[in-house]
Amino acid sequence: MQDNMRRKAKELLSGGAVRVVIGYGEGSGGGVRALFVRKPEDADRLIYDERCVQNLAVYLTRREVKALGKPAIVARVPVMRTIRQLMIEKQAAEGDLAVIGVSSDGSLLDFPDLKSMAEYVSSIPFELSSDERAAVGKLEKMTAGERWDWWRGQFSRCIKCYACRQSCPLCYCERCTVECNQPQWISVPSHGLGNLEWHVMRAMHLAGRCVNCGDCSRACPVNIPLNLLTQKIIKDISEEFGDTEEYALNTFKPDDKEDFIR
Amino acid sequence: MADFEPKIIAFVCNWCTYAGADLTGTSRIKYASNVRVVRLPCTGRIDFMLLMKAFGRGADGVIVSGCHPNDCHYTSGNFHARRRWIVFRSLIDFMGIDVRRVHFAWVSAAEGAKWADLVNRVVSEVRALGPYEGYKRLAPVRADWRTRDAG
Amino acid sequence: MEKMTIQAGAIEELFGRIRSGGRRILAPVDKSGAIVFDEISSYGQVASGYIQTTLSAKEAVLPRFEEILRFRSEGKGVVFEEESNKALPTVVFGLRPCDARSLSVVSAVFERDYPDPFVRSKIENTVLIGVSCAQSDEYCFCTSVGGGPGDTTGSDLLLTRIDDAVFLAEIITEKGESIVSMAQELFARAGDVDKNSHCAKVSRYFDLEELGKRLPAMFDSPVWDGQSLRCLGCGTCSFVCPSCTCFDIQDETDGPRGIRLRCWDSCGFAQFTLHTSGHNPREVQGKRWRQRIMHKFSYQPGGLGEAGCVGCGRCSRACPVDMNLLQHIQEILEAD
Repeated sequence: MQDNMRRKAKELLSGGAVRVVIGYGEGSGGGVRALFVRKPEDADRLIYDERCVQNLAVYLTRREVKALGKPAIVARVPVMRTIRQLMIEKQAAEGDLAVIGVSSDGSLLDFPDLKSMAEYVSSIPFELSSDERAAVGKLEKMTAGERWDWWRGQFSRCIKCYACRQSCPLCYCERCTVECNQPQWISVPSHGLGNLEWHVMRAMHLAGRCVNCGDCSRACPVNIPLNLLTQKIIKDISEEFGDTEEYALNTFKPDDKEDFIR
Repeated sequence: MADFEPKIIAFVCNWCTYAGADLTGTSRIKYASNVRVVRLPCTGRIDFMLLMKAFGRGADGVIVSGCHPNDCHYTSGNFHARRRWIVFRSLIDFMGIDVRRVHFAWVSAAEGAKWADLVNRVVSEVRALGPYEGYKRLAPVRADWRTRDAG
Repeated sequence: MEKMTIQAGAIEELFGRIRSGGRRILAPVDKSGAIVFDEISSYGQVASGYIQTTLSAKEAVLPRFEEILRFRSEGKGVVFEEESNKALPTVVFGLRPCDARSLSVVSAVFERDYPDPFVRSKIENTVLIGVSCAQSDEYCFCTSVGGGPGDTTGSDLLLTRIDDAVFLAEIITEKGESIVSMAQELFARAGDVDKNSHCAKVSRYFDLEELGKRLPAMFDSPVWDGQSLRCLGCGTCSFVCPSCTCFDIQDETDGPRGIRLRCWDSCGFAQFTLHTSGHNPREVQGKRWRQRIMHKFSYQPGGLGEAGCVGCGRCSRACPVDMNLLQHIQEILEAD
């Protein structure tokens, strides 16, 4: 499959269809890193294996990458979901990029356009795995007081490096709310309040948009299980609102149900 | 704690709940005075961060109230708000924030009595819970001890 | 310097003496897989089996946030209090030789034009007990920047494990001597010990002087944009770095009172150099990446007399996109 991927990349680059292929290459510590291939002969540096998990869609909205020209992107299922969400949010349009898709069982996918990619990925059910459900469920079973203590313990390590935000492809705002200081809406220093406000805000701003790629947790240098927050929201949205084509907080049903509004 | 009086902040929409609260007053209905009202054009405009900020500034409880579904002055603001509240309430509960201190309601411009009743019930519930010390202690400016112990 | 030995089993007793002498001990502990410095009460809590800590000991002298002053309005005036941020007598145990050297960079920055009272008093009240490195990995490059796995620079007392049960203890400063004298009987005079045979071997990968000479001419090179394409612009590298010192000042108020806090900031953030006018001289990541390298390997050697990097490798290990600093430097030296 790797050979086919390299061939596809060479074809796209030499034909002028794209100016850069965003994929994975060998990295340090036996890992992989994002690779930006601009010349067809460099396409042989592209690799694909089980180490390739970073959500490369994060580069689609970065100005320095956009400046390179039309990209092709190696896209696993979460990456394809991200691209679909970016299209819904008008951050990517038909013709802006090419997708070198990879199915969940590792085979190369070819799409004539982004619409067919979006259709393909919509047909794959979006739900938490049983392990993820169990992890969320474990916290749900604690008392509120126990959850408070647990999260305070987790957030006590947070240094507000914003690796979670920067690695998330859906956090693409050029000026994040935390960077506005008239007024300073979210406390900047990494004290209890600053950390809590930041993580609640991040989770809420991703509600209905998160594709559960896990990059936020992987990026965190101090191992805070951040994706638990977005997974909880994914679980809630699916239980409360069912599956939606649009993203859940952008729309509504007149008969949405709840049991706490007096 | 016998003389603890909770501070409640109420975020209400201009067209329904604010008018309803006004009706409570003109009807001369007496009710608990612990609530400070913040008027917004619509519940759809109420950012969840406003609720967090209220707690961060010392509120012990928060009320959020607006028009009944289908009666929104801007047609659908309250529908969006309802979805947001469903997700937000569940998220903050998941993080251990005390959701017994956060109350949502639909109070129309004609429901002066309901507003009084709502406030009275929320005040008595929050009074029983006591001051929200755990949250207040998160900010160093409120910490009476060394910064490194705050948060 | 004096060379002593101490039994590994006696460290617990030493800790007890240190604590009853009124000092808190910060040492590496494992928190959900992240090795960070935290206050401990017993040697058993100290983490082991790691190459390098995730967060550095920089927090002991430059915390992630700290109070600079408090203020409140009284009548028509404002009252300031500057007394609450007092340095606690501290021992930092278990920092690597690279970390011990980094504190001299921090100190140089904060003594340069204006002596920062907070950093200074914390450094004065802190004793550093270093532990030599028995292992290193591909991210370490201390020997390329003038350090070494058994280097004594910066430590007050340096321990090197010479076998399962015994540490060599080198007393480098008076502060180190003061620790030893708290528990004189636990230390014995050392015989002939080949310390280097018990330390890791870290190859020299590049010449720091050569790098410093090359960099100024490379200001406009395209290498910066190319290297930083995958950089996400988070603050992880700056925050885990033991010698990064950039900070932000934040005032937080609560009615008539308030507090001024200093907290970490990073040159990697997009808005780091955003002016009030709206102009941002480092608008693209390539310029921010260039700044990072130049600052540590060209500007600081010129201005402070020492490199701003100690080769600990934390930035490369923690980086979510594998911006391996050593590899980038090697690439820079290979470029024209």
